[in-house]
Amino acid sequence: MTTHKRSFTTALWDFFCSLKLSISLLIGLALTSIIGTIIKQNASMDEYQHYYSDSTIRIFNSLGFFDMYHSWWFILLLYLLTVNLVACSIKRLPRVWKMIAEPTLVMDEGLEKSLSLTHEFKLAGDAATLRDKLTAFLSQEFAPPVITEVDGEYHLFAQKARWCRLGVYVVHLSIIIIFIGAIIGSTFGAKGFVQITEGQSVGSFVDRYTGKTVDLGYTLALRQFEVEYYPSGAPKEYRSFLTVLENGQPVPGLIDRKIIVNDPLTYKGITFYQSSYGTIHQLTMRDRKGGAPYKIEAADKEPVSLPGGGFAVIAESVPDVSPYMPGFTGPAVKVVLEERNGTQQSLILLQNNPQFDLQRGGAQIFTYDGKTKYFTGLQVAKDPGVWVVWLGCALMVIGICMAFFMSHRRVWARISKGQVVLGGTASKNQPGFQLHFDELADKLKKL
Amino acid sequence: MNALLFKITIGFYFIATVMYLVYLLKPRDLVGRLSHWLISSGFVLHLVFTAFRYHEAGYTPITNLHEALSFFALAIVGVFIAFERKYHIFILGSFVIPLALLLMAASSTFPSAVVPLNPALKSQWLLVHTTLAFISYATFAIAFGAGIMYLIQEHFLKSKRLGAMYHKLPSLDTLDEINYRSLTFGFPLLTFAIITGAIWAETAWGTYWSWDPKETWSLITWFVYAALIHGRLTTGWRGRKAAILAIIGFFILLFTFLGVNLLLKGLHSYI
Repeated sequence: MTTHKRSFTTALWDFFCSLKLSISLLIGLALTSIIGTIIKQNASMDEYQHYYSDSTIRIFNSLGFFDMYHSWWFILLLYLLTVNLVACSIKRLPRVWKMIAEPTLVMDEGLEKSLSLTHEFKLAGDAATLRDKLTAFLSQEFAPPVITEVDGEYHLFAQKARWCRLGVYVVHLSIIIIFIGAIIGSTFGAKGFVQITEGQSVGSFVDRYTGKTVDLGYTLALRQFEVEYYPSGAPKEYRSFLTVLENGQPVPGLIDRKIIVNDPLTYKGITFYQSSYGTIHQLTMRDRKGGAPYKIEAADKEPVSLPGGGFAVIAESVPDVSPYMPGFTGPAVKVVLEERNGTQQSLILLQNNPQFDLQRGGAQIFTYDGKTKYFTGLQVAKDPGVWVVWLGCALMVIGICMAFFMSHRRVWARISKGQVVLGGTASKNQPGFQLHFDELADKLKKL
Repeated sequence: MNALLFKITIGFYFIATVMYLVYLLKPRDLVGRLSHWLISSGFVLHLVFTAFRYHEAGYTPITNLHEALSFFALAIVGVFIAFERKYHIFILGSFVIPLALLLMAASSTFPSAVVPLNPALKSQWLLVHTTLAFISYATFAIAFGAGIMYLIQEHFLKSKRLGAMYHKLPSLDTLDEINYRSLTFGFPLLTFAIITGAIWAETAWGTYWSWDPKETWSLITWFVYAALIHGRLTTGWRGRKAAILAIIGFFILLFTFLGVNLLLKGLHSYI
């Protein structure tokens, strides 16, 4: 029974230590990741219903395809990869560590045969003289050697960059650290979006994933927003001037802080990123029969309700109407009116021609009074795990440099009277090391 | 000036391609050296063109298809020259340089006007991130070329018809070595490109990873090459298997570079 049990745990251990598992997991992750790039992630049900049939939606939903990178099976693959990484490292690290900590100092015949690079040559002098010569030579040309005496023969061993053998394990560790950072972020962090109109402020945001309201612990006010355009009309730069207020008092250093894309503002672990912007337009509605004018403030594409029922939506706004309506100039908006009974009509309003809407002959007359304010759209992120992720990335860069660009090079020399045998090997780029080794041997012959 | 430089570069690449194909038929050392000289001169011109464009636009010229395809070709030619100098194998050019010419031809079909930069791309990371990515892509293109040569050479060996081609192509060992060396450069560079991309994404979008199609496909590429490296280092995926995987890997990479931008929508849809 115990042997059976043991063999099962051994089998399980061997399974997790196997490189076949690593490769299968990597390929598996690669293949499954494709799904999320083809099926739109985290879209609304309405949108999915537009593309897929109800039965397809049911199947996709049960497989987690609409949020597949957070589905149980994808996370499971990542956990399996982590266990695999740890198991492989535990299995192989002791052997590598031994090679680093207790190097083979003596090149016996067995080792000599296993080395592809060896040179044998005669040199004048007794063993001790040659030993001193070679020690000086290796120290100067390669690395200071360790000397061992066996049966009247001297053995020298010199090595370079032995630590690079740990590179692989540093990379594996870095991946685990990045995962830990990601888990911290998803457990304790939140992500959302806020929209602030000039002159207004926010004190909380809604987490995109949980739907919960996250309190900032302070308020963030937008004093001003600016946008600059290229001559083509495309936005060149847009900036928000934000002030952080704590207990109603502005925080020194964070008054009118300018933020632009690629230059966010961070306060108390929460970062605000410039993401989008829009304008608020002012319209005035008058009854044709007379009466008090009614002022309407509306952002682009956001419906506002009108007195007496119905909605108005600013479908489009342009800073200059002349290319679209020759003979007219200045800012203009296209407004879609939806009356209570559902009938729609669209109207054009020109800031420079307040009388323009009279011709429509409607019961109400609208005028466009122009842009009043901007609002800014900010991505909000609270991610306490991000520094752990950066630590992991830094380790990964170091580990990769060690693992790919450095090579553990070892040289042995066996010295007896009048004779030297030189042997060498490198953990990587053996052909490159061979050139160096041959050069070393050539110089040695001339000693 | 720029348009002219671009045309001259294409001209040099075209003649170099012809010469490398001539070399495939008549592997004379003189032909090889001439091809090498042509492609090196073309590369210098291309570099000057790119520098002028950088100066004119004020940012790394890589933000539309015209620029990106040309930049990819530049990276491929640069990395190829490095490999050619190291391994002294002119014939690698017969398989890699036509690809660069193809990319340049594709680039020339897109509008070349300098478009003002989208605010999201205004960052020093644009240069670092994209350069790392393109050099890694170029290195994998070399692995792709070597992989194809490997399969051809192996076909000759297997069919025991050691025709004229057999003697022109390098040995299987050399080709496998080139494949391996390109992997050991391409993979670290791809990793660095993904990491710099994550840092940039954090400052621009507020999250270092958002599973945007471009990010995901670069990770898919990374997974595939990681699998290949582990297969090589430990379970002996050498030779044929490694060659086939290098070819598949390059097609996935091409999709990451072009397919994602043309077919899938996401945050990276600048091109």
